[in-house]
Amino acid sequence: MTDWARTWHLLPYFLSVLWSGTIMTVIVTVGGFVASILLGVLFAALRTGSSRLLNALAHAYVEIFRAVPVLTQLFIIYFGLGAIGIRLSPIPAAVIGFGLNGGAYLTEVFRAGIDAVNKGQTEAALSIGMTKLMALGYIVLPQAIRIVLPSIANFAIGLLKDTSLASAVAAPELSFNAHMLVDETFLSTQIYLLVAGFYLAMSLPLSAVVRMLERRARRSQRA
Amino acid sequence: MRIEGLHKRYGPLHVLKGIDLDVTAGEKVSIIGPSGSGKTTLLRCVNYIERPTEGHIYVNGHLVGQKQGDRGFADIDGGALARQRAEIGMVFQRFNLFPHLTVSQNVEIGPVKVLKISRAEARDRSRELLNKVGLASKRDAYPEMLSGGQQQRVAIARALAMEPKLMLFDEATSALDPELVGEVLNVMAQLAADGMTMIIVTHEMQFAEDVSDRVIFMDQGQVVEQGPPSHVFHTPHHARTQAFLSAVLRKRQPR
Repeated sequence: MTDWARTWHLLPYFLSVLWSGTIMTVIVTVGGFVASILLGVLFAALRTGSSRLLNALAHAYVEIFRAVPVLTQLFIIYFGLGAIGIRLSPIPAAVIGFGLNGGAYLTEVFRAGIDAVNKGQTEAALSIGMTKLMALGYIVLPQAIRIVLPSIANFAIGLLKDTSLASAVAAPELSFNAHMLVDETFLSTQIYLLVAGFYLAMSLPLSAVVRMLERRARRSQRA
Repeated sequence: MRIEGLHKRYGPLHVLKGIDLDVTAGEKVSIIGPSGSGKTTLLRCVNYIERPTEGHIYVNGHLVGQKQGDRGFADIDGGALARQRAEIGMVFQRFNLFPHLTVSQNVEIGPVKVLKISRAEARDRSRELLNKVGLASKRDAYPEMLSGGQQQRVAIARALAMEPKLMLFDEATSALDPELVGEVLNVMAQLAADGMTMIIVTHEMQFAEDVSDRVIFMDQGQVVEQGPPSHVFHTPHHARTQAFLSAVLRKRQPR
């Protein structure tokens, strides 16, 4: 039997294993994305706020997590924390790792967005009695998010692909399950082609969203 | 409102050099003067958007932005400052409407989020104010769809929605096309007739003369001359006032 015939024969099995990996990939991506957004907004607010101490703290966070490869961060969170008694399962470890790493990246994205909103907006908000926090939440952030939406969507596509690194800490996501199938059957070409198809099926709709957001951003810039 | 010994420095730049000013309730005061004279900075210090380097500001007898403790004056916290600012309306040269909100949301967001009144009550208030500035039909429009004059009238309604005791106008018509200036000045004149206390930084000399109780001429960070409009515009004592007025009026001659 040729490799392609074996693949055809084993296809239902491959698809079911890769499908369960895909679900984990989606979980890690969505979890990491939500954590990145929350951390990014929080630290961007600190970066643009008036407290020097908190600003320095946020700056340190960004520099550290941007300077260390995400794979190293995943190892530290999974194995390093395990050594001091904090034992995390692979999936939560991956979500935390991608969240912290993406949060550092998005801090800078949100900060650029906040800086791009005209200073007069904050002044107008303060002049009607808003506190700085209210001005940020009700007036500046909604405008900043519109500005950086395309960058955030691009980040999401990058994150989706980067989650394959979670296989290194044995998170049973798409790439990890693919390695296992390859170890089992040695049909590496066929299996990785299937894996590429799964990633494509997830990325392409996201790309379409990015294109739409970029078109909208250009339109609102003209207005 | 009272300003005592106000100084503002930006590094070596001394923008305000000791301003003292009293404005009584219901009074309309216009501030005129060449650009760079510190008019706008003075106005921005009144609601503490710009923090004075020295001096004190009182609105309704309350010290703005500061409190007097055992060891002199200290800044008050952000929440308390926000409550003080809520009582002082400000209209900006560049309107600064919130572009992501509709006209009615621009007017209602302050009352709802800051004064915490109900949405229904805020809607009544915005309806009434937009009627007053002649923009009832633009309730659901976004600012970018409005002309400059319309935007500025919305900005006035937004400030009025907080029911301020004092209104500050920072060159409210300077960014407008000439044919749109009138509609904004009309709204401001209406507000003056209603008895609002107003401090108006302006280049519209005719308007200042018609509406104000008092005109202040500022130059190089100081109040050079002040008095009733007839006095400042027609019989100015100070050479710098005369020079400024003749320069401004000469520019208008061709008409």
